[in-house]
Amino acid sequence: MLFTSYGFILFLCIVIGLYYTIPKRFQWKLLLVASFVFYYFSGWSNLIYISVTIVSTYLIGVKLGNLDKQQKSYIKEHKESLTLEEKKAYKEKIKVRRWRWLLLCLFFNLGILAAIKYTNFAIANINHIFTLFKMNELSFVNLLLPMGISFYTFQTMGYIIDVYRGKYEPERNIGKLALFVSFFPQLIQGPISRFDDLSKSLYEEHHFDAKNFAFGFQRVLWGYFKKLVIADRIVTAVLEITKNPETYDGIFVLVGMVYYAIQLYADFTGGIDITIGIAQMLGIKVTENFNRPFFSKSITEYWRRWHITMGTWFRDYIFYPLSVCKPMLNISKSSRKRFGEEIGKRIPVYLSTITVWFTTGLWHGASWNFIVWGLLNGFVILVSQEFEPLYAKFHERFNVADTFGFRLFQVMRTFLLMSSLRILDCYRDVGVSFRMFGSMFTKLNINELFNGSLLKLGLDMSDYIVIIIGVIVMISVSLSQRSGSVREKIAGKPVIIRYAVFVLLFFSIIIFGAYGIGFDSNQFIYNQF
Amino acid sequence: MKKKKIISFVILILVVFTLAWLLQKLLMPKYMTKIVEGALISEYYEEKNKDHDVIFIGDCEVYENFSPITLWENYGITSYIRGSAQQLIWHSYYILEDTLKYEKPDVVVFSVLSMMYDKPQKEAYNRMSIDGLPLSLTKIKMAKASMLPEEDLITYIFPLLRFHSRWNELSEEDFEYWFKKDQIAHNGYLMRVDVKPAGSFPKPRKLADYRFGDICYDYLDKIVKLCKDNGIELVLLKAPSLYPHWYEEWDAQIVDYAQKNDLLYINMLDHLDEIGLDYSTDTYDAGLHLNLSGAEKSSVFLGKILKEEFNLADKRQDNYLKAIWQEKADAYYKMKEEQYKELEDYGYLLKFNLKRAEEDNRQ
Repeated sequence: MLFTSYGFILFLCIVIGLYYTIPKRFQWKLLLVASFVFYYFSGWSNLIYISVTIVSTYLIGVKLGNLDKQQKSYIKEHKESLTLEEKKAYKEKIKVRRWRWLLLCLFFNLGILAAIKYTNFAIANINHIFTLFKMNELSFVNLLLPMGISFYTFQTMGYIIDVYRGKYEPERNIGKLALFVSFFPQLIQGPISRFDDLSKSLYEEHHFDAKNFAFGFQRVLWGYFKKLVIADRIVTAVLEITKNPETYDGIFVLVGMVYYAIQLYADFTGGIDITIGIAQMLGIKVTENFNRPFFSKSITEYWRRWHITMGTWFRDYIFYPLSVCKPMLNISKSSRKRFGEEIGKRIPVYLSTITVWFTTGLWHGASWNFIVWGLLNGFVILVSQEFEPLYAKFHERFNVADTFGFRLFQVMRTFLLMSSLRILDCYRDVGVSFRMFGSMFTKLNINELFNGSLLKLGLDMSDYIVIIIGVIVMISVSLSQRSGSVREKIAGKPVIIRYAVFVLLFFSIIIFGAYGIGFDSNQFIYNQF
Repeated sequence: MKKKKIISFVILILVVFTLAWLLQKLLMPKYMTKIVEGALISEYYEEKNKDHDVIFIGDCEVYENFSPITLWENYGITSYIRGSAQQLIWHSYYILEDTLKYEKPDVVVFSVLSMMYDKPQKEAYNRMSIDGLPLSLTKIKMAKASMLPEEDLITYIFPLLRFHSRWNELSEEDFEYWFKKDQIAHNGYLMRVDVKPAGSFPKPRKLADYRFGDICYDYLDKIVKLCKDNGIELVLLKAPSLYPHWYEEWDAQIVDYAQKNDLLYINMLDHLDEIGLDYSTDTYDAGLHLNLSGAEKSSVFLGKILKEEFNLADKRQDNYLKAIWQEKADAYYKMKEEQYKELEDYGYLLKFNLKRAEEDNRQ
């Protein structure tokens, strides 16, 4: 069930209607049922996968909690009789058991994700090797990727690791845990929520709050505006350019790059706006996933502001643990000895960074273009870090850091850099991506922008007008957000202005939205991950 | 304060609905030029006197080939053609169901050509048959029965959701006919006086299976039942169009069905000489549809049968009806005259050849 389908809107109306009419204590149960109904529409077999993940995470979570309790009560009971060494030994024994249970949970759930998402990728690579040795190729397996599996798997992994770390107690009501994993607005494209962030507002009773509801509804509309008016309109040109690399090279690669940046931003942030808006209408607070990323002045800043919950997930559950794990500390020690303090201390950071970006790429998709995209991101970040002293010297000499012009240059530079890396996402083939990137410099013909070619990409002048106005509105909203919530600002205006804004937004979506017959209904890009 | 909030919210809702209604009216196709047959279905609901002896249901084989004015002038039969472009049998059934909410005719004439289609064909034709009906359960059932996989039921309830993307193709016609519509047809008859003699048709190809689809029989049964339940005589009719080819195997099935259900079946293709049709002068598109001259001839023929078979009273002396039909006849002859004049001036009919007219204007 796509967010943009009439079926979903009807489903949402029913859920919200019931949510505020049934006794409050049943609200979370209703959401659980609604989430499973929602997921059922993506294929009943998907329910099996998510249920297995929920049950395994629940059981192991409870086991980890029980072991922790067992340890605490044992030590408390034998406080007087145990020696320090015995206590330590007991704790170590429990720790090992808990660690084993954690590993089991992680491997089991990652195993499901890997088996479904990466088996064919692995087979394809093995077949490449087999071909070299003239061996018989393996046949591919026919497995359909359940919607949102990467999101909910990571969410459960985060939960179980936090339980292991003792950050919070495991959830002992399987229904509640199931709702945390399957909460329908965020099930298929995130954000990747943390249990301690989401659970409280997810399970508590909510009374209808008109302001909160109106704000949520406005955010949903804003999300639909970005998705239907901008993303689903510009996608025609993006596909035309990227599906025909032989026809559209040179300047068109740059055009495609910029168009795709607009599409991806409008699509993904639009989807998240719908998610957060729906949750807000239900009185539930979901973590923000974006913070005006295209205003970033560096790639590091960009990744702090784009898909925030994924970035922090990788930071907290891969980068930090990897940086301080025993083998890495050993590597650090030996590399300092071997290469000196300056270089030696960098090696563990490099290794952790590369690992994080490799997995980030792999998380996005089972193909080399995503892996290379991830590694290039890591590479650019590391190079920027290395150049930091150079930048510092530059700023010391030329005092331009705080000028508007220089900041604009930084923003444009980051935008173009990120867009260039995204070429790998556009063409989905490493070779083609590099060739197309090269053609921007070897076959650049700016005249093609003015000879009517842009109107042959599946967009006519009226489409461009809609897109340009849409992008201007999007940028204006982002600029306005810097000084506080736009919805709060609108709420402070006279009622006639408030309503006029709402009516304008509503009818912009209805009239200018690219939906229905004549338009392909497009999934949200991040649904595929 | 709370009261004020509620009032302003109610006003907001009213504004939204009013704007939606206005935009919907603006963006929906008007069918006043080019594809005028799209306006046929809704025109019925503008009719003041919805009391007819005969109702026709079917596709272009009824709305192009029969003239209610001729039936009135020759036999005093009041009739209305509830036809639409490529009206499929389930369309016909629901259009009849809807018509019976307004009147109970003595006879319903159903064009059997649509028995050849057992699947929805084109969204455009669905829209032309369904959009003109006022919103009702019948309309919803009709849309559900007719939709192609890519269609959504809600777009038949709120057509704005279907036609929203027409904002960039709005023309003068859309603004001119935003709130009013011209009369396109004459009791459902779409007049054309131009002539294009019938030529040769492609040889009918052999079909793998000549049996009409089960769904077509199901709906034909439903039409029969609907008529029986309402005490209406049903006539099955094959109009005298030469193309698409009407196979003998198809004809035999209708003959058989009519016999089994005690219905009158008229295959006008068997009576071409009797009707007096001359396909060098009586068709405007080489034999697919009749022009005015052909439609009047076929109406004279059909009217005689209807009158004799069903004892339909001659109502020409009814002063009330006389006045109504005189007005209709005036409009009919006025349009006839205008069309002949256009033919004389341009060599073609402007309304049906807009592109050609635009090109000529440019020259």
